[in-house]
Amino acid sequence: MLLFILKRLAQSLLVMAVVSAVSFSLFNFVGDPVNNMVGQDATREQRAEIREKLGLNDPILTQYVRFMGNAVRGDFGLSYRIRRPVDQLIMERLPATLELVFVSAVIALVVGIGLGVYTGIRRNTFLSRAILSISLIGVSLPTFIIGISLIYLFAVTLRWLPSSGRGGTVDLGWWTTSLLTLDGWRSIILPAITLSLFQLTLILRLVRAEMLEVMRTDYIKFARARGLADRSIHFVHALRNTLVPVITIIGLNIGGLIAFSVITETVFQWPGTGLMFIQAVDFVDVPIMAAYLCFVALLFVLINLIVDILYFVVDPRIRLGG
Amino acid sequence: MTDFSDPRPSRWQRLTDNDIFWSFIHSPGAMIAAAVTLLCILACFAAPLIAPFNPFDPAQISLWDGKLPPAWVDGGQPQYWLGTDNQGRDMLSTILYGGRLSILVGLAAVCLGMVLGVSLGVISGYVGGATDAIIMRIADVQLTIPGILLAILINGIGRAILPLEMREDFAIYVVIIAIGLTDWPQFARVARGATLVEANKEYVQAARVIGLPGWLIMLRHIFPNTLRPVLVIATIGLALAIIAEATLSFLGQGIPPTTPSLGTLIRVGNEYLFSGLWWITFFPALTLVVLVFSVNLLGDWMRDALNPKLR
Repeated sequence: MLLFILKRLAQSLLVMAVVSAVSFSLFNFVGDPVNNMVGQDATREQRAEIREKLGLNDPILTQYVRFMGNAVRGDFGLSYRIRRPVDQLIMERLPATLELVFVSAVIALVVGIGLGVYTGIRRNTFLSRAILSISLIGVSLPTFIIGISLIYLFAVTLRWLPSSGRGGTVDLGWWTTSLLTLDGWRSIILPAITLSLFQLTLILRLVRAEMLEVMRTDYIKFARARGLADRSIHFVHALRNTLVPVITIIGLNIGGLIAFSVITETVFQWPGTGLMFIQAVDFVDVPIMAAYLCFVALLFVLINLIVDILYFVVDPRIRLGG
Repeated sequence: MTDFSDPRPSRWQRLTDNDIFWSFIHSPGAMIAAAVTLLCILACFAAPLIAPFNPFDPAQISLWDGKLPPAWVDGGQPQYWLGTDNQGRDMLSTILYGGRLSILVGLAAVCLGMVLGVSLGVISGYVGGATDAIIMRIADVQLTIPGILLAILINGIGRAILPLEMREDFAIYVVIIAIGLTDWPQFARVARGATLVEANKEYVQAARVIGLPGWLIMLRHIFPNTLRPVLVIATIGLALAIIAEATLSFLGQGIPPTTPSLGTLIRVGNEYLFSGLWWITFFPALTLVVLVFSVNLLGDWMRDALNPKLR
């Protein structure tokens, strides 16, 4: 067990080293950092002074070690465009992304499991078939087309919901939330549905397949023979046993939600980290790009590590076999 | 009388007397999907011949004709069948040319991923040992990151490296490389699996006994036998690559509006959606969805037909 976790940890560190090396080389390959710091009219002496001050005359390895040292402390320097510390910018944008991901995950879970249980139990009704067919379309439509369609329907034609932005936010000191205002809730509905649709379909199909499997087992038949109520059989006996694979899939899919949040945030102009990255690419704002790369890599490494360990804890077969 | 004709079945008979052909004839979904895919591809590649206008010829564009609705809507003009966009370009022609670009970029990206993935996969399976471990580890790690995110990141780095004035001209190649680098692990896995099976067969052992070099065995003997499963991955990969290209272009990170692809057209049209000019977005989006959906169906059918274990 310890060896397994150590191996995974070593692999994660290796991934982080590669990603940070890519981020670091971005600084050197893309433009001249000095040009990005000073104005057009800076003298040669001023430029040389800044070069020296930034340590750009040091050997490349020294620079890399310094970059790593700063990165570990979350310091990626000043944004070229906005001229503010990058870690501050990310921390400002992070609540928006996390709230969007959180609300989408809740929608995907509640609706996905609910519909999955329904289609698993009443498998031959018209409604079940309709839900399954619609879910197939949901999987094959690109995210941004779903987003545009929702905007056209609910924001442009019906004018029920806003099409962009986060609405009113409340500052809690360390976290600005839009979940405490009515306006904020109205704004989050469309992006959250867009982001959750794909995951919702996955969970629906998974729960349905697992339910079909479990409903055939002996202990369900026995529960029926004992005369238990249908609801208790479905939700206490059957659903509980479908949850192990569902939990692992959800764990892995939090990464998917973060990936697609880049697209959803751009469609709905949601002021999160994904939109910030896309804008940073447009303006070649290297510090933000580097920070976002490292941030996303760290997130995925952590998620995978946790899911790997969870597998280990949940499934004894892996524990004994590994 | 003696029949001197060739007793072997003719080429046509061999083609039609085949599991895959039989399965194709007996699944209407696959036939429709194939027909629609073929129609889309033919129409897009024949764009210079069949498109009513050339959207890249400034002489044929007049801003006076801008933002006209489709022909059957009030205010539409018969020569602009699907209406015109904000610059007065005929939507139908623009979509045909854009679709051609989308399909080309998708094909190029899949080819890049396929060449990279299959070579690495075959080497990995044939050589084994540490080479195998390293290549497959990298593939595993990459597979944990959603492809579209990786494509956005690689594409972003690629764009940032290019000087500003070269960005638009090279955008297409950056997109192809970004998507190609994203989808190689799928090919590598499948090719490695097939190689492991083939490498133990007698013909490979025979080739080894007569002293053929390893690269020749991999190229001439093993590689052709990995093609069946690779073809399935390539078809599904094409649909994903077309979506990835459209997504990048929609995010403003892909093909520039001067030579629009379907994704770029949707992006441009999206700005006019609020003024009720729905057709500038709707028709490119519909084309994209129909194209991707039919390629996907074709891939699904192929997976079932070529892999009897899954049936």
